[in-house]
Amino acid sequence: MRKLLTLLVLCCGLLLAAGCGSDDDEGDGGSAGGTTTQQAASCDKDSLELVNPGQLTIGTDNPAFPPWFEGTAEFEPWDPTTAPTKKGYEQEVAYGIAKQLGFTDDEVKWTVVPFNQSFKPGPKSFDFDINQISYKTERAEAVDLSESYYDVEQAIVTVEGSRIADAKSVADLKDAKLGAQIGTTSLEMISSTIEPSSEASVYDTNNDAISALKAKQIDGIVVDFPTALYMANVQLDNGKVVGRLPAGEGEYFGVVLEKDSGLTDCVNEAIATLRDDGTIDQLEQKWLAGGAPVLE
Amino acid sequence: MARRRRAGPGVRAPGNRSSRILGGGGAGRSTLIAAVSTLVFFGILAYLVTSSPGWPEVRRSFFDGEVFGEALRDIAPRLLLNIKIFLIAEVFILVFGLGIALLRSLPGSVLFPFRLLAIAYTDFFRGVPTILVIYLFGFGVPALGLSGVPSSPFFWGVASLVLVYSAYVSEVYRAGIESVHPSQEAAARSLGLSRVKSLRFVVVPQAVRRVIPPLLNDFIGLQKDTALVALIGPVEAFRQSQIEVASKFDYTPYFATALMFVALTIPMARFTDWLAARQRRRMR
Repeated sequence: MRKLLTLLVLCCGLLLAAGCGSDDDEGDGGSAGGTTTQQAASCDKDSLELVNPGQLTIGTDNPAFPPWFEGTAEFEPWDPTTAPTKKGYEQEVAYGIAKQLGFTDDEVKWTVVPFNQSFKPGPKSFDFDINQISYKTERAEAVDLSESYYDVEQAIVTVEGSRIADAKSVADLKDAKLGAQIGTTSLEMISSTIEPSSEASVYDTNNDAISALKAKQIDGIVVDFPTALYMANVQLDNGKVVGRLPAGEGEYFGVVLEKDSGLTDCVNEAIATLRDDGTIDQLEQKWLAGGAPVLE
Repeated sequence: MARRRRAGPGVRAPGNRSSRILGGGGAGRSTLIAAVSTLVFFGILAYLVTSSPGWPEVRRSFFDGEVFGEALRDIAPRLLLNIKIFLIAEVFILVFGLGIALLRSLPGSVLFPFRLLAIAYTDFFRGVPTILVIYLFGFGVPALGLSGVPSSPFFWGVASLVLVYSAYVSEVYRAGIESVHPSQEAAARSLGLSRVKSLRFVVVPQAVRRVIPPLLNDFIGLQKDTALVALIGPVEAFRQSQIEVASKFDYTPYFATALMFVALTIPMARFTDWLAARQRRRMR
């Protein structure tokens, strides 16, 4: 018996040594920031390293929801495996970036990338992924995240008649049962800003959160403000945006690229141009405008 | 090997159990061979994995020591919810499963509708993926807004698991009931016991004893499926690890959770082995 134990310990030790070995020799080089220090090589279309040569392959989730993407009909989600509609904020921004990089609309190809696949290790199936992903320093250790193409505010959605429908301040939300989608900063806002007495419910998708709200399992959903407007006006009957949450610490959405991608600087440049020439402002007005009070 | 012939299964001395795993007589030489062969095998495996081109990337994102420690701390308390779910569910499953199995083994043509019901139940709930049952009951039933029906996701998560696993377990029970030789019932009846009493005192006790190992096997499956309850809101161990994975873009918390589930399963698996061995001894 003892021999067997020794053997088992040996094997485990071996596996662990292979697995969790010290990270020191990895030499992370201290590039903790979001932008890479790679040389701003030419952003010439022909010199870019692309997943599919001659094409700009852009990823997003399926279905892609308004106001970020829009299908052929108004307020309808878009299926990225069908023809691009060039409608919706992120879709227009993506085509704007593509144009800055020198691609025609026909050279842009879309591919389906669920959120949790956007950061899996190994080669990426996209040149960049645009899917309402917030920048965070930890995330930037696994992938490259671009500069902001949208500065996010979080908001709370509920239905008329719920106990938080008339909430005026964050304090009014203390007794609420709130839900959010996994992997979102919205979820973190619940524990960091609202600190309600009951624990947040967590869902795979915003649609699941809506189902739970309809089933009265939660009182409200925390979600980014433009999505909140869409939920309240389109997805829910009697939906209501309770209000926007006080701004966090400069949260913003960036596109995801492979770690140390040569494209990152070029995409950042393109986004800067779109900001400077007013395109981003104009698109925000077109797709994301709408009002709601800020909760104290 | 020659030694093995003498010591058949079940009559092995307690101190000698390891020999079954090591594949030899338990003497020094075969242990040594087993140890060396194991070392070489896992050594080669470890080498192949660590020398693969994607290894540094995989190690960074799956086996980050620092993230691992943090994940264990955050996830371990959440595992209590999984344990709570399966402990509650198991009690109901044992009762419902037996009920359905008995319903299905009811004799006589008058009781055919009950048998039909039991068959339909097991067919349906074994056929529908557990994940769908949880979605349908977890979101669907509370949305009906019926008064008196609880809307708690925890309740409906447990209820869904009970529904699905009762179907599996009833089949295990039924196999046990059918494995009891008909002469047993005939003998009971000839002693003057009624049909129900012969089931209660003669058939079911023997059947249950026989199916304990496969029952525990189903419960190991149940332990893992508790993670599915997370779909409808509650934050248990798997969901907590997902939250951390999504926040850090690092898969190490998944690895940590996997180890925790294994640690939960191993005692159960060894207990099952022990029960099976004990039963073999008693059958001799």
